[in-house]
Amino acid sequence: MSGQNAKSNRGLTARLLLMVAGSFAFGFALVPLYEVFCEVTGIGSRDRLSRMAEYDGAATAQPRTIVVEFTASVPDGGRWEFTPVESSMEVRTGQLYEAYYRAKNLSGRDVTGQAVPSVAPMRATKYFVKTECFCFTPQQFTRDEERDMAVRFVVDRDLPPGIDRLTLSYAFYDVGRVAGGTT
Amino acid sequence: MADHGHGPPKGITRWLTTTNHKDIGTMYLVFSLVMFMTGGLMALGIRAELFQPGLQLVDPAFFNQLTTMHALVMVFGAVMPATVGLANWMIPLQIGAADMALPRMNLFSFWLLAVAFVLLLSTFLMPGGAPASGWTLYPPLVLQSGEAFPMAIFSIHLMGASSIMGAINVIVTIVNMRAPGMTLMKLPLFSWAWLITAYLLIAVMPVFAGGVTMLLTDYFFHTSFFNAAGGGDPVLYQHVFWFFGHPEVYIMILPAFGIVSEIIPTFSRKPIFGYEAMVYAIASIAFLSFIVWAHHMFTVGMPLAGQMFFMLATMLIAVPTGVKIFNWTTTMWRGSLSFEPPMLFALAFLFLFTIGGFSGLMMAIVPSDFQYHDTYFIVAHFHYVLVPGAVFAIMAAVYYWLPKWTGHMYDMALAKWHFWLTAIFVNALFFPQHFLGLAGMPRRIPDYAVQFSDWNMISSIGAFGFGLAQLLFVWVIIKCVKGGQRATAGVWDWPHGLEWTVPSPAPYHTFEKAPEVH
Amino acid sequence: MSKLPILSGALAALAAVPARADWDLLNMPSGVSELSKDIYGTHMLMLWICVIIAVITFGAMIVAMVRFRKSKGAVADQTLLHNARLEAAWTIIPVLILIGMAIPAVESLIKIEDTSGSELTIKVTGYQWQWHYEYLGSGVSFFSRLARTSDVARQKGSGIDPLSVENYLLEVDNPLVVPTGIKIRMLLTANDVIHAWWVPDFGMKRDAIPGFINEMWISVDADKPGTYRGQCAELCGADHGFMPIVVVARPKAEFDAWLKQKQAAATEVAAAVTE
Repeated sequence: MSGQNAKSNRGLTARLLLMVAGSFAFGFALVPLYEVFCEVTGIGSRDRLSRMAEYDGAATAQPRTIVVEFTASVPDGGRWEFTPVESSMEVRTGQLYEAYYRAKNLSGRDVTGQAVPSVAPMRATKYFVKTECFCFTPQQFTRDEERDMAVRFVVDRDLPPGIDRLTLSYAFYDVGRVAGGTT
Repeated sequence: MADHGHGPPKGITRWLTTTNHKDIGTMYLVFSLVMFMTGGLMALGIRAELFQPGLQLVDPAFFNQLTTMHALVMVFGAVMPATVGLANWMIPLQIGAADMALPRMNLFSFWLLAVAFVLLLSTFLMPGGAPASGWTLYPPLVLQSGEAFPMAIFSIHLMGASSIMGAINVIVTIVNMRAPGMTLMKLPLFSWAWLITAYLLIAVMPVFAGGVTMLLTDYFFHTSFFNAAGGGDPVLYQHVFWFFGHPEVYIMILPAFGIVSEIIPTFSRKPIFGYEAMVYAIASIAFLSFIVWAHHMFTVGMPLAGQMFFMLATMLIAVPTGVKIFNWTTTMWRGSLSFEPPMLFALAFLFLFTIGGFSGLMMAIVPSDFQYHDTYFIVAHFHYVLVPGAVFAIMAAVYYWLPKWTGHMYDMALAKWHFWLTAIFVNALFFPQHFLGLAGMPRRIPDYAVQFSDWNMISSIGAFGFGLAQLLFVWVIIKCVKGGQRATAGVWDWPHGLEWTVPSPAPYHTFEKAPEVH
Repeated sequence: MSKLPILSGALAALAAVPARADWDLLNMPSGVSELSKDIYGTHMLMLWICVIIAVITFGAMIVAMVRFRKSKGAVADQTLLHNARLEAAWTIIPVLILIGMAIPAVESLIKIEDTSGSELTIKVTGYQWQWHYEYLGSGVSFFSRLARTSDVARQKGSGIDPLSVENYLLEVDNPLVVPTGIKIRMLLTANDVIHAWWVPDFGMKRDAIPGFINEMWISVDADKPGTYRGQCAELCGADHGFMPIVVVARPKAEFDAWLKQKQAAATEVAAAVTE
């Protein structure tokens, strides 16, 4: 191999190794970058969901009345009783309401649960603002404990006009023993 | 590098160490034929169970293993390696190059694939059996798989690496090693098709690898990419998978388009009509293939705007595809047609792939797709575009280039028998599945309600007829390899392209000096 | 080519067969709701358009294959290489046809996604391998699984002829009962893996995804009370093919009576449990 070839091979190798290192570093950088991306776009930011949401009432539409339904699931063999206290309520958009879910630990030991919310229709999700929710944090239950958990919410007045009924659903999961908290 | 005069090494060493594109092409083609038969046997198992209502032969769990593995074997073991084999054999010959740009990586790509499939097929013997979640591997279901799961994922990684390296090879070869005078707009359409396919492969195989790796970490390392309990979403997997999966089906069909664009002109005795339009059409199809993936997911609960976008983008693909079909037809127009086996398969492709295209267009319409999705209508569609589509094109290519590879003409009469039996049985096999889907039969079920019996029986008869007919194909090939009437360099009446300027069989080393292209 | 007459004949037969509300063996049912009929109409329109284009396209192919055979003395015209106007024509005309197809499809889609104006909400949960139904707000909920007769017959080597089982694989122990004449909002979720709820006569299917709720709406025309059958439409494991859906549609008054009776029974059970 000529000297010039060897030199350009070395240069190419160096650049390629740099690209590998750079790609690896990019993978690690993605952890803080993810937060930045969420902040900038406003999409489902982890921070936003876990913070008490402050509803600032900047909507423009006139308030109207819709029905909000509440439903609950315990997927995959979890040993809980988990039901909404009220299955539906008439709600005026722009006003703050409080609803309760009742959960009972049937597992026979101390356990932590986590509620995962879902709203139907999906496009109503960003208009359904939870200012306080048991779904933000893992819930610790001692053996046989039963308690009511609150969700405080406002349905934004700008909710699209085609929606007259929306459903808030929680899936309640067993996320492990109390000592560890979240898994 | 001059011919050594002592030829390639003998025995198994040759096949383990060769870096010759012809040898590697042959290995890929033989591998894909074996896999086609293997996947075919699984299909026969499926159709045997579905011959009548009731469960006679297999348990439902094993049936799901059969459907999953049938698809994985056919997609990654039969169709893709066949097109890679054809690329390896023909691209250097078509562009006047002595070999592929990266011969050792070429060999490595092949053996990776062979190992990957030993691994994948071995999952049948593992506790819990082979993966049974469908070839699409949707979570959470796939996370209920047993010991086969990590083996399947590893196998997929190996296949992906093999494909990516093969694609790199194709691009570097075509970009750098064309004979002087061969501009890109003089490149034969098979090579053009492969050039674009190679870009698709490099773009999407890594996405598939990422998706299955996320499955792996969800399974073993408590991540929650696809698990709602941890803040994830199973639908995320579907987006990642189909972002790969849709271009993947174009990866399978674009080389077929290239093959048909070689064969129809030869047997029409005139050049392809609209060469530039054909190039732009393939490029448009490739581009559009990236922005339509969610049409596989219309029922997941997608926002209206998303449904509309993907519906319209998917419908658009009909335009460049139609352009190709019209151009192939016009190539025949005012031509001088003869109907040797390659042409028979190419023409059957033209008709039957178009039928698959029509069902695809119907599926693009979201409201009706709500009725078609996950039924046998979908199964009918993709089998039409893949079997009388891609597979027929591959068979056409084999019948077209076999004399160049072996130096012998094959038994034309037997090949024509193979064609007619195949063409008739493939329609008996798949056309009734349109009716089954419309009548309400879901897919991936081992047993069905009695009103679906008649069409299922016809489909199963078609399957066995089709399967048996392929034995003829194998026999024609074996017989041709062993001997036959001497083939000339040009082989056919109206050959076009550099591959027909070298002797038949093509010497072990060709174009060691680049030819002049005008 | 002898395949084409058979194929176009089959396609034409497909289009010509009128739809019936019960299981038709060639075509999609037009169904029992305004929505399902809309979807059926869209399907038939698209099918007809495809048939017409197919006849033209295949016709051209056949003419070429017959007229320009070398065996009949045809000589190839080497100058027929390209024609920009032709390329433009067969690019633009398909685009126009597609726009024509898209407009009714978009209109249908907007109607499908509009769940407002519903009078009943039913929550459906997919399990491996059965369905759970809950009438939201009424306290009535139950599991619905494959009927025993079918379940016994479908076992491998059972020796029972499926033809001897009524509604083989399409019968359940507790059907879903719904009122006719109103819009019903279905909420879909799952307990374990992804399932999908589908009754062809209602025109709609949607995935049931664990941890999330999806919604869709169905209705049954007031003049179409009856029993409608469907199946799970997303691979969910070994018994994916054995978790059917049966919906009994009754006039509203009958449905109200049925629901009241179920509520009473549920209260009784709850009272007995707490004693």
